[in-house]
Parts: sequence; structure tokens; C-alpha cells
Amino acid sequence: MTYARPSFRHPQIARNDIGFSKKDYEGALSTLCAGCGHDSISAAIVQACFEMSIQPHRLAKLSGIGCSSKTPTYFLGNSHGFNSVHGRMPSVATGAILANKDLIYLGVSGDGDTASIGMGQFVHAIRRNLNMVYIVMNNGCYGLTKGQDSATADEGSVNKSGAENPFQGIDLCGLGIELGAQFVARSFSGDKTQLIPLIKAALKHPGFALIDVISPCVTFNNNAGSTKSYDYTREHMEATAAVDLVPMKSEITIDQAGGTVELIKLHDESHIALNKLHRDWDPMDKISALRNLHEARLRDEILTGLIYLDPNSRDLHAILNTSDRPLNQMAENDLCPGTEALEKINQSYR
Amino acid sequence: MNQDIKINDLVIRFANVNGTGSASANNMFAKAVYRMGIPVTPKNIFPSNIQGLPTWYEVRVSEKGYLGRREGIDLLVAVNAQSMKGDVASVQSGGYLVYDSTKTLSDEFIREDLHYIGIPMMQLCMEHFNDPRQHLLMKNVVYVGALAALLNMEVEVFETLIREQFAKKEKLIPGNLQALHMGIDYARKHFNCPLPVRMERRDLNGNKIMTDGNNACGLGAVYAGATVGSWYPITPSTSVMNAFEKWCHKLRVDKETGKRNYAIVQAEDELAAMGMVLGACWNGARAFTATSGPGVSLMSEFLGLSYFAEIPAVLIDVQRTGPSTGMPTRTQQSDILSAAYASHGDTKHILLIPSTPTECFEMTALSFDLAERYQTAVIILIDLDLGMNDHLCDPFQWDHSKRYDRGKVMSAEELEAGKVFGRYLDVDGDGIPYRTIPGTHPTKGSFFTRGSSRDEYARYTEDGDVYARNMNRLLKKWETAATEMPEPEIVHNDPRNKFAVIYFGTSSYSAQEALDLLTEDDLNLNALRLVSFPFHAKVKEFIDQHEHVYIVEQNRDAQMRALLMQELGIEGSKLKSVLQFNGMPITAAYIHRCIVSDKSFIPQYEEVSLAKMA
Repeated sequence: MTYARPSFRHPQIARNDIGFSKKDYEGALSTLCAGCGHDSISAAIVQACFEMSIQPHRLAKLSGIGCSSKTPTYFLGNSHGFNSVHGRMPSVATGAILANKDLIYLGVSGDGDTASIGMGQFVHAIRRNLNMVYIVMNNGCYGLTKGQDSATADEGSVNKSGAENPFQGIDLCGLGIELGAQFVARSFSGDKTQLIPLIKAALKHPGFALIDVISPCVTFNNNAGSTKSYDYTREHMEATAAVDLVPMKSEITIDQAGGTVELIKLHDESHIALNKLHRDWDPMDKISALRNLHEARLRDEILTGLIYLDPNSRDLHAILNTSDRPLNQMAENDLCPGTEALEKINQSYR
Repeated sequence: MNQDIKINDLVIRFANVNGTGSASANNMFAKAVYRMGIPVTPKNIFPSNIQGLPTWYEVRVSEKGYLGRREGIDLLVAVNAQSMKGDVASVQSGGYLVYDSTKTLSDEFIREDLHYIGIPMMQLCMEHFNDPRQHLLMKNVVYVGALAALLNMEVEVFETLIREQFAKKEKLIPGNLQALHMGIDYARKHFNCPLPVRMERRDLNGNKIMTDGNNACGLGAVYAGATVGSWYPITPSTSVMNAFEKWCHKLRVDKETGKRNYAIVQAEDELAAMGMVLGACWNGARAFTATSGPGVSLMSEFLGLSYFAEIPAVLIDVQRTGPSTGMPTRTQQSDILSAAYASHGDTKHILLIPSTPTECFEMTALSFDLAERYQTAVIILIDLDLGMNDHLCDPFQWDHSKRYDRGKVMSAEELEAGKVFGRYLDVDGDGIPYRTIPGTHPTKGSFFTRGSSRDEYARYTEDGDVYARNMNRLLKKWETAATEMPEPEIVHNDPRNKFAVIYFGTSSYSAQEALDLLTEDDLNLNALRLVSFPFHAKVKEFIDQHEHVYIVEQNRDAQMRALLMQELGIEGSKLKSVLQFNGMPITAAYIHRCIVSDKSFIPQYEEVSLAKMA
């Protein structure tokens, strides 16, 4: 097996609106296990960013520690990345977002990184409504330390050594909605037709957008009895809707608007088109979203797709009323009050 | 009893119940001493509690300008029944006890060797004010008035202070003035005013100001251009971020739009507070946090990342009494090692150690320059005493031509021009690489920041040689930093002296006074005040030229001594310790006692004493 990626690209290769080819969104060659779900998610991120014509350097990717958190090396090689410490990506992202409100922030985490060691930071990132996409590559186990159950492993799921997980699994989507996340979705690494539009919609959302992606661990959690294996996920997936992101400039055709398609207008005039598969599900109603999640669970099904959306988001910068200009672009004359002000201050201490 | 007249040299202690409004009356008293041109140092000795427990406020008045804490209380204002017994016992023989004589003082509180001054504080308040809350608050102003008369303080100074304090609540001025005069009149009528222990106007304070270190740090951060402050509340550092917020609110809000040129986030814990600082600094803003010992423990993980991934960060550590929760409202200098070597693996962090609010302001401003120049964490080590107590100090100064040192940041133009960029490449031979800020250039200069090992171009590697090369470069960077650290203050250096004292932070006040006490004994010691780590070359030079050096510290384990030994390779036998760690600011008398009673010092001491006798 060779680790050299061919650099040859066809001269007629497709380019997006801003002249970049897909190659410009790729990263280093993955060192994850062959067949790892995470690689499919990386590919979906590359595809989504390419299709959306995102300037690679206007996006910053952040992660914690674990197999999932390694992936930012494998996508968006022209973007700055920050592989931080275990479970702490949300706080690093918070600081980064405060420093520059103009970049796009993409956080990647795993189930251990988010639901165990990083639970505190995850919860507060949602509470503060950071303007970022937060993807959890969820495989129900700790891959990098050889397969221990994680906190999202379902109760009764059997791991590779044959042991049944005796603890309740944490449902990150339910938790996210409960905490006030305004964009909550679940997907499957093996379903790029669903995942790519979800990532695109999440990137458009002007606040915290959570996508919990079931991403099977081929090495440690793909066995019979695991509820996070490829087979189990495929068999038990149930989608809320077929999702598509309709860009701002596109005309919405009658085809799209007709039938059961529902359009949700986003802040920048683009739309999310939902071809609803669940009749009694209202994506903008928290209670309906939570009920559908719970009911699917009772049926042993994995509800995927967009689960909840509140398009009227007020992100951390709006809450803090920070200046329109990014803080990291300010200099002495914006920030230093000067000697005269200081003399007045001195006088108040005499 | 000693009735000698003693002018401008006294310690007054107020024994109050916390949550009863005594703080503002007590502050006014200290401010009045300052306004009379006499050096003064107030210290708050308070419980980890909001209401109902004993709290003390100690004011030292010193014509000689000694600003450390002094042992021996000359006058005690005892208005807390709970702590009365201990309070009475704490006054030095021949001293004065001012108490509320509304109720008769129990016999158990009578000491033969004290003067008792009963002022019917509560009774006076009940006669003149209606509201019960006012009785409680005005009682404090009554005793301040009585002290003004007893200690020969200028009434107009107090009147002016009251008018200033309530300038925005004018309704409160007449009542406060009335209470002040009730105290003055009662004391003058019933006692021989002034007492032999008294004050007289001087002009010793020049243009000095009185403020606390936490406020100065917060203001320094504003001047240094910090835009992001993240923090988790913890005594005694909370008022750092409060001050930053207060000054930002005054000085950093756009007058037209109301938009803020700053962002402050109260984090979920200290881990997150430090994570936010790193995220913001990585992304090109100036960011900082403030905490105390328990927070440093939690922040250690990120401090290690800052060191290894080379991300600027500023941390203000207001030390309190450890270990663990320790005594949260008492002072100590006991985070030296945990700050210097915070985090696992081989890590070292730059420390700045101010002694005054003026230096808190300057060093906080400097810390952002150093953090960006060396792309690493800078920790400002202060303590509860400096952070939360007012200190008489030089006014803050700012050079308007000063430009922020943003360090080696490669611009889009430089990248475009084809300048080679390797995030961890030592281009200039000083160990300091170039960095780029996210979003700089569409196709050049991006890199992946990580806490795992990587090569010069930020590519992940497990090659041991590459790892070691990087670790050595970090050491080289550290050595570069050592040459550019603020120099220690060599306070006294007479080549004839074989012994010396080294001190730092708030120990400086009492150490300087102790040196005078030693000189009175004809014991002359040289002195150096540490202000930074890595240690400047002058520190080793200074130690090398002496036979023995005393290291004065407010911790049990002689942490600074250990750091000097470890980092400068100095023999332990050469460094002796003067240690106090009971949570109270160290005193000159204590330092003096430790040094004169040290065995190694006795030969010289006896020699001198004998010479004196002859």
C-alpha cells in the first residue's frame, strides 16, 4: 500500500465559483484504519466546503483529542487548524471566535471527547451559542485506546470483547436541544447524500450547529451486537426528511417547492428545503423534535436528518454586543485609552 | 503606662462584623491619613464569608514610609462582640481600646494595661437617626469621627471625603456629616483629645496614588490592548476581571454605536477560562485570565499546551494560602513552583513578580508584549495582599508613543512575496519561530497547531530526533527570553558585605524595613529584589558575590530558594530561608528576628555587638 497521493489533476477539473478545485479543500492522507467512518465524514466536509465556495483560509478547524480529532489534518489543508487538548476544543473555539467573528469555525470531536471528558465545555459552548459547526464523529467507543465503551454507547450494545454495556447511552442530540442548541442534526457517515447537505446547512446557520454523526469504528465496534456498527446503523436508520440547502441566489423551482417540501428561510436569504418523511414532525418545534427522538429510540431506530432548527439565532457576539470589526484587527489607537485618560484615573486615587 | 507622645507612627485596627458597611468607613479613615500627607498602608483581614463573621481592617501610619504590616496594635476599635476577647488581647500594652459604650463593657474584657475609650455609638445613632439600617451604617461613621478627634486628624479632610464619596447620592451627605460630628463632639467632650499617639500633617506622599494591585492589573490589560478576558470567579483574583470590565466599560465602548471593543466571558471553570485565552491568542487577539492557586492547578493542562504549541497567553495569579482550598482569604507566595513549572513534561513559564500596584500596571502591560514576542504563557504572580489591599504607590504612567510588540507574525504580503514559512523553523537563531494568524492568506501560511510533536513545518512526527530538536529550540527560546527579562532591582550592594537578602513581591515592603532594623544593629546586608523568571544573569552574579543569602518568602517550602537552586545551580548551603506562611503579610520584625537569630550569622553579629559594647 502506498501513501503517496497522486498529484495529477485533469486540466478540465471542476472548479467552484471562486476558482478552487476540490483538491484545494483536501488535506493530508488519512492514517485512520481502512474503512473508518471518520474518513467519509472528512470527505463530506471537503465536498460541502467545495460546493459552497468557502475560501479555505476563511475557515478555521478545531478539534480535541482522539481518532475523530485527528481528522482535521485530513481535510481543508489550506485552513488553519488547532488540534487542542482532550475535551477542551469548545473553550479554544470560544476564544478563537471572540478574537475574529469573521471566520467560519468548524469543530470536530468524538464521543469520548464530547460526552465524557469534554461534557462540561460542550454544554457551555451550546449555552453561549457559539457561531460554529460542531461535528461529533460518534462511534460509541474509544478507538485510539483500543475499544473501551464510551458514554454514547447504547445500553446493551455488545463490544468487540463480547461485553454488554450496562450503562445508559447519552443522546447528544436530545441533550443539545434541551440545552438550547438551535441547529441539531444526526446523520450517518455512510450516507453522504444526507450528510453533505446537513453540513452545508449547518455552515450557514449563524449560531451553534450540532451534527451528531454515527461513524462506525471498523476495528473495535463493528461487530455483531454493537448498535454503532455499519450494519446496525443501516438497518435502523430512519430519516426525518431529505434535506437540501438552497443557496441565496438560486431560484426555488416549483418542483422543489411543491409536494411535501418545506422551505425554511435562513438569515442570508438562502433556504433549507426539507422533504419531510415524518408527518407529525415540526423541525421548528422543540417538543415535536424531542418527541420524535424519543419515539424513534423506543422503536430501536436511529432518527437521522435535521431534527431541530431555530433560524433566529443570536450568537455570542450579538449577546456581548462586540464591535462589528473583529477584535483581532484592532490596534493601539482602537484599544489604548492614552496618557490623558490615565492622568484622570491617577487623580481619582489621590 | 507609657504616655510619651508618638507622632505618625501607629497601627490602628478595626474589629468589625462583615456585611455591616464598615469597609467604606474604614477606607475613608485610611484615605484621610493619606490626604494628610502621611504614608499609610491599610490591610483587610477578612473571612471567606459574606455576612456575619469577624473581619478586621488594619491601618499602619508611618512617617518613615514603611508600608509593610507591623506587629503591635496601638489602638483598636472594637465593635464586634464575637471577637472581643481576642481583640482586647491583641492590643499592645499601653494601647487604647475604643468600644461602643451603649452597653457596659463586661469585666472579662478589662485589662489593667490598656486605656479604654467608650463612645456610645449605637445610642448616639438611635438618638439622631430613625432607620435601623442607618443605625448600623452610621455607627461606623461615628467611630471614624471619634478617631479624628482622638488622633488629631483634620476634620475638613473627612468632610471633603464624605462629599466626594456621596457626590452621586447627595441625599446621604448631611447624615454622614452629622454622624462624623457626633463622634468628634463626643470624643472631645469626654476625653483629652488628642491622645499621645496621634497624627500631624506632613507632605510625604507627593503625587503618589492609593489603589490595589488587582485594579492596576485590570487597567494594565486595557492599556496593553487586551480584547478578550475569560475567567472563573475565585478569591482573591475576582476583582482583576471586575476592574478590566469596569475600565473597558468606561474606555472601550464606541460612543456612537455602543459596541464594545472587548469581550469578557465568565467561563464554566478555569480549564475553559485558559482554553479561551489560548483560542483567542492563537487567533491574533490579546487575551488573558486571572485566577488563584486552585485555578492554576486546573489551568496547568493548557499552560503546557501554550508552552509546547507556542501560543501566547497571559495569566494573572493572585496567590492565596494553599494547598487545596487552604485559607481562601489569606495571603501567601506559594504558587511559585506550580506556576514556573505548570503542566507535565519539561515545561517552564515566564513569571513577572510586581511589588506595587504601579508595577502591576506596568508588568501586566509588559506581559502581553512578552507573551507575543516569545509565543508562550506569561504568568504575573501577585498575592492577596497586593491584589486586594490599597497600596501607596507611584502614579501610573504610559508612554503615548509606545507600540505593542506583536512578535514575529508573518503577514499576507510577506507570504505573497515568497518568504519561507515553517511554523517551528528557527530562522533568526534565537529560538523564536514565525507564526501566522488564521485567515491571513488564501493558499500560503496555514498550519496545524497541535500539542503533539511535529517538525519545523508543523507536520506530525514521532521521530525522536525531530522531537528533541524542537525541545532544544524551546530551550534556546527560553535562554533568549532570559536576556530580555526585566532586571532585578539591586537595592543595596556594598562590596564589603558578605551577606545579602533576596526578596520579591509583597515581602519587599517588610524586607526593606528589616534591612533598616538590621542597620540599626550595625548589621549591613546587601539586598536584591527579584522581579522575573527566567532569572536575569544579574541574579546569579549577585548571589555569587556573597557568602550567604537569605531568601525571604511567604511559603513553607522555600519555593523561590528551590527555583534559584534548580535554575542557577546554586549550592543549597548558601541560601538560607526566612519563611512566614501563616496567611498574614510578613512583618519586618519577623524578618529581623529570623536573621539575627540565625546561627551562621552569629559570629558576625557577636563581633559587631562586642565592638558596639566596647
